[in-house]
Amino acid sequence: MVRFIVRRLIGMVIVLFVVSVLVFLIFNVIPNSPPAQRLAGKNATPTLVKSIEEEWGFDESLPEQYVTMMKKVFTNELISYSPRVSVEDRIKEGIPATLSLAIGAGLIWLFWGMVLGYIAAVRAGGWLDKFLTGFAIAGVSIPVFLIGPVLIYFLTYKIELLPNAGYVPLTEDPWGWFKHLILPWTTIAILSIGFYSRVLRSNMLDSMNEDYVRTARAKGLSERQVMLRHVLRNSLIPIITLFGLDFGATIAGTALITETIFSYEGVGYYAAESIAKLELPPIMGVTLYGAFFVVAINACVDIAYAYLDPRVRLGTSAA
Amino acid sequence: MTIDPQPEAVPVAGGPGAAFPAAPEGVSPDRSPWYLAYKRFVRNRLAVSFLGLFVLIVIFVLAAPIWADNVAHTGPNESHTLQKLRVGDEVREVVTPEGRPIGPQWFEAGGKFFLGADSRLGRDEMVRLMYGGRTSLFIGVVSGLITTLVAVVLGLLAGYYRGWVDAVIARILDVLWSLPVLLFGIALGVSLAVSGLQIGPLTIEGGSNWIPIFVISIFTVPYVARPIRGEVLALGEKEFVEAAVAQGAGPLRVMFGEILPNLASTIIVFFTLNIANNMLFEAALSFLGAGVQPPNSSWGTMISVGEELLTTQPLLAIIPGVMIMLTVLSLNIVGDGLRDALDPRSKVRLEAHAGMVEPEGASV
Repeated sequence: MVRFIVRRLIGMVIVLFVVSVLVFLIFNVIPNSPPAQRLAGKNATPTLVKSIEEEWGFDESLPEQYVTMMKKVFTNELISYSPRVSVEDRIKEGIPATLSLAIGAGLIWLFWGMVLGYIAAVRAGGWLDKFLTGFAIAGVSIPVFLIGPVLIYFLTYKIELLPNAGYVPLTEDPWGWFKHLILPWTTIAILSIGFYSRVLRSNMLDSMNEDYVRTARAKGLSERQVMLRHVLRNSLIPIITLFGLDFGATIAGTALITETIFSYEGVGYYAAESIAKLELPPIMGVTLYGAFFVVAINACVDIAYAYLDPRVRLGTSAA
Repeated sequence: MTIDPQPEAVPVAGGPGAAFPAAPEGVSPDRSPWYLAYKRFVRNRLAVSFLGLFVLIVIFVLAAPIWADNVAHTGPNESHTLQKLRVGDEVREVVTPEGRPIGPQWFEAGGKFFLGADSRLGRDEMVRLMYGGRTSLFIGVVSGLITTLVAVVLGLLAGYYRGWVDAVIARILDVLWSLPVLLFGIALGVSLAVSGLQIGPLTIEGGSNWIPIFVISIFTVPYVARPIRGEVLALGEKEFVEAAVAQGAGPLRVMFGEILPNLASTIIVFFTLNIANNMLFEAALSFLGAGVQPPNSSWGTMISVGEELLTTQPLLAIIPGVMIMLTVLSLNIVGDGLRDALDPRSKVRLEAHAGMVEPEGASV
């Protein structure tokens, strides 16, 4: 197990290095114009461009430029140029909002996915089962930027049931925090519920044919106990793995869009704001931190999975 | 496993000729596998009706110039801010002095401003919807073609040569797979939109639609290449490959003549699902401003423009969203239907395809 963790952590460090090199290439090398001009943004004055050029050392060799970039990222020197504020500070400000959004949405879709998937498996072939199939395929086809505006229009403007914009810190006003989050949570969660319930259902149907389930029935456990203790428990491992991956993807993906739709001041809103101004340092910062976060989560998921399923760390299946 | 003697080029959907898993027993052997797949697909009413819906959407966007010239008499990027619209005896302003655009006119003004105007710029929403759909579909299909082409070549090379070639390709795919795709898409999209791209002699301007195509193609390759590589690895062990090698066929001949035709059904299914996924990706990028750049419209940019007027003109944001949903939904259902028709023994249905759009599309 220790060897597996060490190996996985070394892999993570390599991926993080590749990620940082990719970000460097994306911002400093691949595009087709002087990098200082680009970092300064659309309406930069020549003096600003000149100062950025010196500050970032764009006349030096590429490896030196890479080191300069990484230094800036880790010493809180990455600054957005209009207004001139530290990117890292802005990202830190947004993290509580983004985490509230992603964790809450994740718990909602996990909970409903499990409940509906469980019922669908117990009553395979019933109407709920058929409905979930459709629900799942709709879930991968409907974009959040359709659900979000529809929810806002009907629930916020038409019947004024829920507030729209903004993030209210949990510590200041828990009820306001909750009310402001219901719509964004729903927007993200509703798309994944169908898919998760389908996965749980098919896992459960597979485990129902296993020998240990027959044994459990044979020793006289009630149907409910067989289902909950044996079938459900053994079907949860893949769901948890999937959840870890999707959770990372939500933070670095769906949450960005959802925050923009709801004018919800998290990291994604900050990123979208910077895109609109075509300001590159904040986007560089968000990409790097977001990627680090996702890669770290994926590594944790792998380690947790290896802990739960010894076959993985021994390399006998699904490496 | 029956092997067709003539290794034709990649067959199109329903086209005859390629090798295919053996026909189920009890079916007359003179029917080609493609014909049988076609029969199975036609029996799937849901998939056929959604294929019809997709065709309707394609016709709709292709008719854009006809509508623009003959009905709306305007172009997608033409501004009508200060103009007035005569409806019967009434004169309506396209954009009110407060900057509020006109709502849907349906056929009251002879089809002009059928869905109203898009913003204070006073552009015809219907015309933009049709042209925007062209952009969205074009980006989806072209990036799907590029992704599939690159993925097939990488999958064939990795699966056929194994060893260090496979190790290198598989590692690259793994790293790409583990990246947060939307974040990197945004980074690359914005960075290139500011300054354009130069690949050898080829220069792409910052505002060009080829930039989102390029970005999307790069980041979706692993989702197609990984399953194809797996399949090539499995096919490489089959007797017919051994037989071809024994007959003296070179690596290219084996890869493209023997293995590729056996991948045809997988490629068709993944291509269809990939287009759907890419369209969602494009819409997300464009919605955030990192995809299609103004003044060009795509369904994604139209939603972000329309969202600002959500309180007064909700249709401006909702209609393009519905169009994206219908297109992606029909592609997903057709893709699922194709999978069922082409590979009836396949146990993985929705699960597998959601795995393909994962981690991006499953949640976007």
